[in-house]
Amino acid sequence: MDATVTKGAGEATAPMSPPPLAGGGRGAGAMRGDAPPAPSPITPPPQPSPARGEGVASRSPHAREGVLRASLAAWGLVLPSLVLLVAFTHWPAVETLWDSLHATPRGSRPAAFVGLDNYRALLDDPVFLRALWNNTIYAAVTIPASVILALVMALAVNRTMPGRAVLRMAYFLPTMLPMIAVANIWLFFYTPDYGLFDQVLSLFGLGRHNWLGDAATALPAIIAVTVWKEAGFFMIFYLAALQTMPPDLHEAASLDGTPRFMFFRRVTLPLLMPTTLFVLVNAVVNAFRMIDHVVVMTRGGPDNATTLLLYYIYETGFRFWDTATAATLTVVLLAILASLAVLQFGVFGRRVHYR
Amino acid sequence: MIAGTRHPVWTTLEVAGAWLLGLLWLLPLLYAAWTAIHPAAYATHFTPDAPLTFANFVAAWHAAPFGRYLLNTFLLCSLILVVQFVVCTTAAFAFARLAFVGRDLLFGLVLLQLMIMPDALLVENYRTLAQLRLVDTITAIALPYLGSAFGIFLLRQTFMTVPQALDDAARLEGCGLLARLWRVYVPLARPTYVAYGLVSVSYHWNNFLWPLVITNSVTTRPLTVGLAVFATTDQGIDWSIITAATLMTSAPLLLAFLLFQRQFVASFMRAGVR
Repeated sequence: MDATVTKGAGEATAPMSPPPLAGGGRGAGAMRGDAPPAPSPITPPPQPSPARGEGVASRSPHAREGVLRASLAAWGLVLPSLVLLVAFTHWPAVETLWDSLHATPRGSRPAAFVGLDNYRALLDDPVFLRALWNNTIYAAVTIPASVILALVMALAVNRTMPGRAVLRMAYFLPTMLPMIAVANIWLFFYTPDYGLFDQVLSLFGLGRHNWLGDAATALPAIIAVTVWKEAGFFMIFYLAALQTMPPDLHEAASLDGTPRFMFFRRVTLPLLMPTTLFVLVNAVVNAFRMIDHVVVMTRGGPDNATTLLLYYIYETGFRFWDTATAATLTVVLLAILASLAVLQFGVFGRRVHYR
Repeated sequence: MIAGTRHPVWTTLEVAGAWLLGLLWLLPLLYAAWTAIHPAAYATHFTPDAPLTFANFVAAWHAAPFGRYLLNTFLLCSLILVVQFVVCTTAAFAFARLAFVGRDLLFGLVLLQLMIMPDALLVENYRTLAQLRLVDTITAIALPYLGSAFGIFLLRQTFMTVPQALDDAARLEGCGLLARLWRVYVPLARPTYVAYGLVSVSYHWNNFLWPLVITNSVTTRPLTVGLAVFATTDQGIDWSIITAATLMTSAPLLLAFLLFQRQFVASFMRAGVR
């Protein structure tokens, strides 16, 4: 389960306040709780900021002992998660950094310190440069394509029309399939001669084509799979945002005689901005995370035409067992993710301001 | 064109466009379904009189231990869900309602995991689990995901909206820390648990790369890995059986989604991720 802060922040600042798509406007569970105010005799007014903590300690006569006891209890509650997170996130991250500065241990000899040699070697590694380039292209195409399609889909099913529910499901269904299943289905499509693509093309008299076997078409073929799977997921966020838009905006615009496209550009699109940022962040993270289809469909081939960064890490680590290079690659990936996270904080910080 | 008033031709065009896109989106699935329920000879040959058959599903089911894979996936998802619920709940409660030494620092450490995904660290995590002699166990697939910054964050946000007055009332009644957590906070956070649970299950049901790396036998492989192994090694190019297996392995989650569509969508909305 991984997420970015912004996803949580999305929950907190509610970019799409209630989930209206789901119809059942069930608010946060806590809403049920504030039925009777029931002021307790000890705490005068309900605390304005619940995050302050419960403050037992400050009221207790033995304040210092109280603080200590409360801290111990709190640490006890946090400890299980903390151990798990440190063992499988923080410690391996530090270890990766350490390994990236050492040579791959061979036999029983301990790994020698090599400084930045591994990083220098990466710059001369054509496969790494290829992977970086591929990942850039992959991100640069899948992100805008799936986000724009998601918006188009949301606009399409946001109005009353025949078969709206079916249509909405058609858009969303690929999201629910495992990427591995999706890859299998599309692998079949791309089969030369026999697959759907070649069958359709043969109707127009075009010959056979090995979509995944040709370096020129393999990456676009992979990209198409990603867009197909992702767009419907992003659609639900746009749809929710569209449904929370006040209808009187639209009425006012139609009374004024505002052209539709103008209304879309000047009103709808700016109002959707927070959702767009939120969706963009998700799309960017996915572009560096999801490689299941590459593993199944192309194994990075032909001739590294579809090698993405994480796939190269996987290959280096588990097929070549070159831990030093894998660690160095991981540091590069973590650095990319970290800079993206910083970017997110900046973007979302600004959003909170204008809200 | 004025907002609100649309020319009927435009409307028709837009509806047609929306449906065209919808069909394009459904096409891969329909095609897979067609292939799976017809004999191999009709896999790419569309005639209305093609005979229906379940033979592909039967063949797929017998060609690989899918029953076992299904059980593994089920065990994996349950293990992850239960542990995540427990450890995220206690941690989220501490972060939401207790003042303690080092809280902000710890919370910062937790949030770091939102940025560093477990998938990126698979080489190091593999080594850790090898040292623990846990490679090729279901526990090993679950371990890196048991601590979930996302779950902690989500539950903390929910717990923070619980009125302090309720907590105080419970304390007056003599409830201790854990009793208040269990009786006041957990029941009020039910929708968040449902949301997080659905998101977690669908993520781990579909997860592939880490299980692929850490498992290598029938008794531990989840469905996704089992399907990949089956499709790449055993079958050659018998697409009818492969698509049947593909649909079969996706079916439980897909069916659950179709039945509980609203809850799923609401959950994804609430949680914002898979």
